[in-house]
Amino acid sequence: MVLSALTHRAAKPIAHLLCALPLAWLIGAAATQGLGANPAEALIRSLGDWALRGLLLTLAITPLRVQFHQPALLRFRRLLGVWTFAYASLHLLAYAWLDMGLGFSDIARDIAKRPFILVGMLSFALLLPLAATSFNRAVRWLGGKRWQALHRLIYLIPFSVCLHFWWMRAGKNNFSDPFFYSALFALALGWRLWRRWQRQAA
Amino acid sequence: MTPASHEITPRPFFEQRRLLLSALALPAAWATAPAQGKGAPLAATRSALPGALTLDKPTAYSDATSYNNFYEFGTDKSDPAERAHTLRTRPWTVMVDGECLKPRRFDLEELLKLAPMEERIYRLRCVEGWSMVIPWIGYSLSALLKQVEPTGKAKFVEFTTLADKAQMPGLRSGVLDWPYTEGLRLDEALHPLTLLSFGMYGEVLPKQNGAPLRLVVPWKYGFKSAKSLVRIRLTEKAPATSWNLSAPQEYGFFSNVNPQVDHPRWSQATERRIGEDGLFARRRPTLLFNGYADQVGQLYSGMDLKKWF
Repeated sequence: MVLSALTHRAAKPIAHLLCALPLAWLIGAAATQGLGANPAEALIRSLGDWALRGLLLTLAITPLRVQFHQPALLRFRRLLGVWTFAYASLHLLAYAWLDMGLGFSDIARDIAKRPFILVGMLSFALLLPLAATSFNRAVRWLGGKRWQALHRLIYLIPFSVCLHFWWMRAGKNNFSDPFFYSALFALALGWRLWRRWQRQAA
Repeated sequence: MTPASHEITPRPFFEQRRLLLSALALPAAWATAPAQGKGAPLAATRSALPGALTLDKPTAYSDATSYNNFYEFGTDKSDPAERAHTLRTRPWTVMVDGECLKPRRFDLEELLKLAPMEERIYRLRCVEGWSMVIPWIGYSLSALLKQVEPTGKAKFVEFTTLADKAQMPGLRSGVLDWPYTEGLRLDEALHPLTLLSFGMYGEVLPKQNGAPLRLVVPWKYGFKSAKSLVRIRLTEKAPATSWNLSAPQEYGFFSNVNPQVDHPRWSQATERRIGEDGLFARRRPTLLFNGYADQVGQLYSGMDLKKWF
């Protein structure tokens, strides 16, 4: 039954709608003063949280697909990756606009001052080539093998993203959220290592 | 020196401030104004102290009571408002001891009557880069300190916040070593602007804002103003302070608001005024000593503020 739901014609449009929901909610909340006393901070942080969750879901597709024998899940991987990029871009835009007033010298100074901003920028830079080659035609241009090699960059991003989050909370010693997400990323990546080790052993 | 364009107050704002000031001239204006929250009213007269009534527009009551750092109730800004209802503020006593001739425990009722209640509108600058403007009610801490007669050995004052696991769910986390302690040099503590506060916006302090009594040191970053005080101790040596113990390279003992001395991980040159002009409001420049340089600058004359941050 799950299989048929995943392969249904409407499954992808529904997945897009679900991915757009947090954004719609944030826009609604921003318009109705629903973001609390510091709406800029709330917006920047929520967009970052959703980019993080998107990345985690993207990386969870393969383990879930294999462990639960749901090959149809693969259809949603690139969709989730592109939404991750969308939330990461909005997170960066919100920071650059609401925190830095789109002042590029201010942003440059901030990057120099705050290593966690630098690591955040690095994460975004790693996402860029993946988003830029997320179209079917790009796969054909690059050829399947090269496209796949390029998209292995995805395995680096959890490290820089977790460091970005961890470093942001450093000094306030408030690591419960970064720890939670890091553990889930470790699970998603560790599963791959474990499988590889098993295949080599076999 | 010509003021920068952003320092010139546009006429409409200026006139608005005049209106605000005339409103404050009414006796206990905040107390007679429509109810801000649900707290009991706390009568006060306008402070006559230089610098005690900033002309900045006060932050909305709903913002000042919903966006708080009070780690005893959790690390999210919304945690204190959601969880502080478990705090019992009566009965409440404050031990005042250490290097003084008459150490003793004060009952809250006694403290409420110790000196005339004044309303003071202070800027509040958080080390995280946001700021508010809050009409506090209380009296100068010096009024209390004089009661216990500090000895010649007293050079510092240590402030201790309540740490009761039964009332404060945040204590289960290891974010800081509890109880929360803060400290001031004795001359800072005796400065008339250093306020022992019992109320805000015409009412007794909401629990998330540090009921039933807290410190307010307007020229220092917000974390210096310890909440829900249970002990005030006069000491010979500089007391250990919670944030300094937790991250000494990031939080110094003095923690004076200073736009020229950055936090090691971010600039302190600007701040976001909570509730100001919506989402796209520009950050405003931070003022030396949070704008109280005329009143407190002499306390630090000759000191290297980069070293003694």
